[in-house]
Amino acid sequence: MNLRVTDLACARGPAQILAGVSFAVAPGQALILRGPNGAGKTTLLRTLAGLTPPLAGTIEADPDAIAYAAHADGLKSQLTVMENLLFWAGVFGTRDPAPAIAAFHLTPLLDRRAGEMSAGQKRRLSLARLLVTGRPVWCLDEPTVSLDAENVARFAAAVTTHLAAGGSAVIATHIDLGLPDATTLDITPFVAKRIRTDDPFAERMG
Amino acid sequence: MIGLLKRDLTLAIRAGGGFGLSLAFFLIFTTLVPFGVGPQTAILSDIAPGILWLGALLACLLSLDRIFQLDWEDGTLDLIATSPVPLEGLAAMKALAHWITTGLPLVLVSPVLGLLLNLPGPGYLWLMASLVLGTPALSAIGAFGAALTVGVKRGGLLLSLLVLPLYVPTLIFGALTVARGATGQDALTPLILVGGITLGSLAILPFAAASALRVNLR
Repeated sequence: MNLRVTDLACARGPAQILAGVSFAVAPGQALILRGPNGAGKTTLLRTLAGLTPPLAGTIEADPDAIAYAAHADGLKSQLTVMENLLFWAGVFGTRDPAPAIAAFHLTPLLDRRAGEMSAGQKRRLSLARLLVTGRPVWCLDEPTVSLDAENVARFAAAVTTHLAAGGSAVIATHIDLGLPDATTLDITPFVAKRIRTDDPFAERMG
Repeated sequence: MIGLLKRDLTLAIRAGGGFGLSLAFFLIFTTLVPFGVGPQTAILSDIAPGILWLGALLACLLSLDRIFQLDWEDGTLDLIATSPVPLEGLAAMKALAHWITTGLPLVLVSPVLGLLLNLPGPGYLWLMASLVLGTPALSAIGAFGAALTVGVKRGGLLLSLLVLPLYVPTLIFGALTVARGATGQDALTPLILVGGITLGSLAILPFAAASALRVNLR
């Protein structure tokens, strides 16, 4: 089992967002998180990634197993595509960036500075970073934003390859990626009763 | 972690990186002092140690908010926090990169500016020694302040208010070293104190900065 979450409660800032979340993701399996805007998908992913400590419950995963990709691309606009990838390769222990470059068709862009690329191109570079990390569990927050249809297909292919190699993925997305063996988890039932009425995240559903 | 340092240095040198801002500020500030104070060499000699140290300190302060803010804004900080690099190491590397791009150039130009302010001959060695030993403390304290205010948009004011009181001991002993050295008194004692402040800052503050970052990333 790559990732097992038991009775997890997550908070964002002072507000509790989710309670009682339980799921398990086996190697080769993908979990699609669904839920309306503001339900807590990002909060759940940030908790899984270890950025926010959980209020309650447990996250069982190998240490350093999780690669996180956020809304923000995390690219340095003054660095070229290659420099950005090599930086992350260095941070995660030197891995060859060639498969990542091939998977997201970045070869024509290698010497381009990230600041000179379109939003979709930046996103491709940001997703290519996941392959460079070499980590088994991908936690992805709306990874297909600003990608065109062709590159959504490239992304789906990259995820499928990752799963076939024994990896797993937790993906918050609103579109159908067409992944085989993907289970879908709707997080709406886990949305915590808001404790504070002045809660800044209190745009409530239902 | 060496990769982090190399990346920060590359970013500083590339367009828009802010390298040279502190240096230019230090040059302008110190060059303008004789215009404001007047050309009496005796007065300039008296105030040179304080002015040089004050200029270096303010120049350091100028670039502090960039230390973590840019990485926080573009999401890099979140990603580094989930990487194998410990945040303590990140904080230490950030402080080191800040010192190399800010503190070190200040040390190197300080003798020229000492000349402009008519710093007495024996003071130059003490000036450079005190800046070499003292500016790392300014960078380490600054990195800690930047980590505390990383989530605050336009947090420069808050950062200055937090950091300035912590800079005071370094300023006092640094300027005292130069003033005593320039007048031929024993300057070793304040210099050792400056070194002590720096060593203490380097030992403790990366850990404090990492804790502050963890809280701010929640």
